Amino acid sequence: MAKTYFTEDHEWLRVEGGIATVGITDYAQEQLGDLVFVELPETGRKLAKGDTAVVVESVKAASDVYAPVDGEITEANNALSSDPSLVNSAATGDGWLWKMKLANESQLEGLLDEAGYQAHIG
Amino acid sequence: MTGDDTKHLPLEDLHAAVGARFGAFAGWSMPLTYPAGVMKEHLHTREQAGLFDISHMKLFEVSGPGAAALLDRACPLDAGALDISQSKYTFFLNEAAGIIDDLIVTRLGDERFMVVANAGNAAVDEKHLRGLAEDFEAKVDALDRVFLAIQGPEAWAALARAGIETGSLLFMHGIEPRQNWFMSRSGYTGEDGFEIGLPEADARDLVARLLEDERVLWIGLAARDSLRLEAGLCLHGQDITPEIDPASAGLMWAIPKDIRAAGAFIGADALRAIVERGPAQKRVGLKPEGRQPVRAGAALFDADGNQAGHVTSGGFGPSAGHPVAMGYVSTALAKPGAKLLADVRGTKIPIDINPLPFTPHRYRKG
Repeated sequence: MAKTYFTEDHEWLRVEGGIATVGITDYAQEQLGDLVFVELPETGRKLAKGDTAVVVESVKAASDVYAPVDGEITEANNALSSDPSLVNSAATGDGWLWKMKLANESQLEGLLDEAGYQAHIG
Repeated sequence: MTGDDTKHLPLEDLHAAVGARFGAFAGWSMPLTYPAGVMKEHLHTREQAGLFDISHMKLFEVSGPGAAALLDRACPLDAGALDISQSKYTFFLNEAAGIIDDLIVTRLGDERFMVVANAGNAAVDEKHLRGLAEDFEAKVDALDRVFLAIQGPEAWAALARAGIETGSLLFMHGIEPRQNWFMSRSGYTGEDGFEIGLPEADARDLVARLLEDERVLWIGLAARDSLRLEAGLCLHGQDITPEIDPASAGLMWAIPKDIRAAGAFIGADALRAIVERGPAQKRVGLKPEGRQPVRAGAALFDADGNQAGHVTSGGFGPSAGHPVAMGYVSTALAKPGAKLLADVRGTKIPIDINPLPFTPHRYRKG
């Protein structure tokens, strides 16, 4: 049974079997505007919480997306190479950014649940 | 610092009511995008008509028997040679020929001119112009106006429907169609279009009539930037600055030949010396390979890894369909087709020097 977590940096994580699928929230994609490029991470890359995992580029600006927890990249969403606008149209679905194997599942306890995130964005 | 010095547009309520997202620019809170989003706003402007609130920009009226002489001193311009209603793109230069601001000067009458200046430089421009005016029989009035731009192939038709005929007005001409109005056929998108300075009450009325027309959409500052970048137009503070002269910027076309040779404008000697020896670097268009935008500040390298220049504006061109940029490179390399590398977060991305503009200008010249 997958469980979804959120961060104050407007990311979501869907965790199932020790693997987290990570993306940005609908609120975040709205703030960024139309995306034109996503710089995806290489599979196998080890990330510490707070490392830049992905750079999303809108018409106007580039923004970093940080690793919300420690782990290793197992897959990047290559569909975004040809269609970065998937992040705008389906931020919490087909517009996911990467999957990572969690190094320390206890870090999930520090994240927000959906109600906590909704309260955060007001 | 106490309080918030951010300036607000007189029509801010109208933008807020349609869901604009605001951001800071040049000391102003400006609509960056509307709910349609930058991509659609950009394309809509090229296909139909975009309405922009550019009231952050400043209009100055310069008048008096010495008005032309004052402008000839402040700008590399022959103001007295302009026909009435003729506009000219020009600059204020400093003694080193650096560009203090770029401007459009329009002759309104025998002794009256309109000067349109950039938001970020308005205070500096006003001080500069007023200081110089002390030596001339001329006065400088900063006008309190809402300033709107309507840009795109349907702009003229939308204005006609709103009761404003533009038929005989050609590109780079400006008139005063009503009391306290100034309307020029000009813009910052590469499209046919108009810029209209007018009192707030008139502006509210005009905006309401324009927005009844489904061809007209509000367009934010984000699309204004991508439109001007595709059109190869400079943004002061990025592509031109007080450290950059018109020769390096590739803007000598804006200076009449006799003024280049004999004009007595501020910075004339320095500019002649730069032209004589040739500028060390030149402004060029840049087309990154692939989809990744290369943005302002990125360093450029030649094939041997030597630094060759830097990017001053960059982003994605929705009409071009690829990333677009401009910047400065050593004069020897400044040739269309030359292949360089741009450093983006440590990765070297191939980037070609590309002719400007990226999208053809569609001005109504006659």
